[in-house]
Amino acid sequence: MHIDKDLVAASATPLVLAILAEDESYGYAILKRVRELSGGELEWTDGMLYPLLHRLRRLGYVTTDWRTPPEGRRRRYYAITDDGKAALKEHQRQWMTVTRALADVWKGPRGLLMAGGVA
Amino acid sequence: MDAVESQIAEWRTYVAKAPAVDGRDLDELEVHLRDQIAELIAAGLAADEAFLIAVKRMGDVDTLSREFAREHSDRLWKQLVLTGEDEPERASNGWLQALFFAVAAAVTMQVARLVAGFPEEEAQWFFRNFSFFVLPFLAGYFGHRRQITTRGWVLTLAPFALLALAVNLYPYGSGSATEILVMAHLPILLWFAIAYPYMGGTFDSHERRMDFVRFSGEWGIYYVLIALGGGVLMGLTALILEPIQPDLGERVIEWVIPSGAAGAVIVAAWLVESKQHVVENMAPVLTMLFTPLFAVMLTVAAVTYAFSGITGEFDRGLLSVFDALMVVVLGLVLYALSAREPSQPAGLMDRVQLLAVASALVLDLMVLGSMVARIGEFGFTPNRVAALGLNVVLLVNLTVTAWRSFRFLRGRIAFHPVERWQTSYLPIFALWAVTVVVVLPPLFAFE
Repeated sequence: MHIDKDLVAASATPLVLAILAEDESYGYAILKRVRELSGGELEWTDGMLYPLLHRLRRLGYVTTDWRTPPEGRRRRYYAITDDGKAALKEHQRQWMTVTRALADVWKGPRGLLMAGGVA
Repeated sequence: MDAVESQIAEWRTYVAKAPAVDGRDLDELEVHLRDQIAELIAAGLAADEAFLIAVKRMGDVDTLSREFAREHSDRLWKQLVLTGEDEPERASNGWLQALFFAVAAAVTMQVARLVAGFPEEEAQWFFRNFSFFVLPFLAGYFGHRRQITTRGWVLTLAPFALLALAVNLYPYGSGSATEILVMAHLPILLWFAIAYPYMGGTFDSHERRMDFVRFSGEWGIYYVLIALGGGVLMGLTALILEPIQPDLGERVIEWVIPSGAAGAVIVAAWLVESKQHVVENMAPVLTMLFTPLFAVMLTVAAVTYAFSGITGEFDRGLLSVFDALMVVVLGLVLYALSAREPSQPAGLMDRVQLLAVASALVLDLMVLGSMVARIGEFGFTPNRVAALGLNVVLLVNLTVTAWRSFRFLRGRIAFHPVERWQTSYLPIFALWAVTVVVVLPPLFAFE
């Protein structure tokens, strides 16, 4: 399914932060989790993830570490910081506001119920 | 499997050409590619099919490189500029447009000099306005080079026009201190005005503000080098022409130096823009050299002051000396910052720098303290207010810098807030310069 690129861009940061809040991880695993969560609908260009992660690191939302796990190759692992968790909360607040507004107008008495849309 | 290995190596070399991707990023991307290939092979694809799909999913190199460049713009300073859909194609050289603006500045300066009759006659207005004969052309050069919009041009030239009016319409008394202060602060204020076209018609981006700081440092170094070379040239010219006719050399110097100095402003700017792609920045190297030396000097001075106290004659110039000192320390901090890889962990240099800043702060506070105690004796004059104001502005900057650096060294915060503080504070310097040029003279009744 085609998703508007602005929507993809806007949701990228909260998605990555939330995934890292679950557990620390590395780039490829984060990407796989995104695909999992979106049921395969969100197909990010792999390379785009890394500038985003670097930006989050520069802002102090995540820290990184090069590590070699027992069964794999030497990788860069990312872990969320307290600042990152605070930023994630802020993103959540904003998204809840937006999704609530959209849900209201789509389900309301004079609202449009899109065919095949979210019930 | 060997075929895939060599293909991965080829891919890696290809991506390595992207200007803003460094070695560690490449490692990261390569591991990602290998993980992807491994998964696809496990799903049943052939090795080279897996490679093709993995590379396609990685994204095309130009877009990748642009995204990396946006994030790591500081790396572009030593690398080739990339062209993309949002950056206008820059002439690789652009020396013709630089020459045009340089000649324009030189001619304007010469005409003004002839009208003023310098150096035979005293012309205050010439000295007061000399930055207006040169800096608008520098602004024009950058406006043209960055291809700013019409609105951008208006906003670029407006400050020059307004300040020209303010500086010339104010009724200064003869030999007034405020006029001299204005003459000293005006070039600095106009330099901030140049930041607007340099940054491409915007003030917001912190990355670009840092770029402007880098540009200013390199420009200063190149201008000094050109001035030295020009000095040698003029000296030899005068000596060579001496036998022909006694003061021919002097006349030549009279004509060439003002125009040369004016044109050199643009030429130096063009040099910085051209070499940005190829040569390491010099300012951070000088900073790295002098920071330890200043740290030692300042620590020793601070300890000495603390033990012996500030006795002796209250020198009027003392505050200006400390202003100069704080400016130098700030310069060291700023240029060390401009070259620092943001992801680098705290190191010895950072500690040495913190020592220098802390010692400078201690010294300054001691001097300020003793000065405030005696302010009643001497009262407020324009010079004193200007010096005091600058001192306070610098003091605030360096205090917060020291605090944030300290927290960074303790591992409490990332490096980003330290850098952010400096770029956020830059407008305050501009504001202070505006205050001295526009507000101070009427406040002191132009005396």
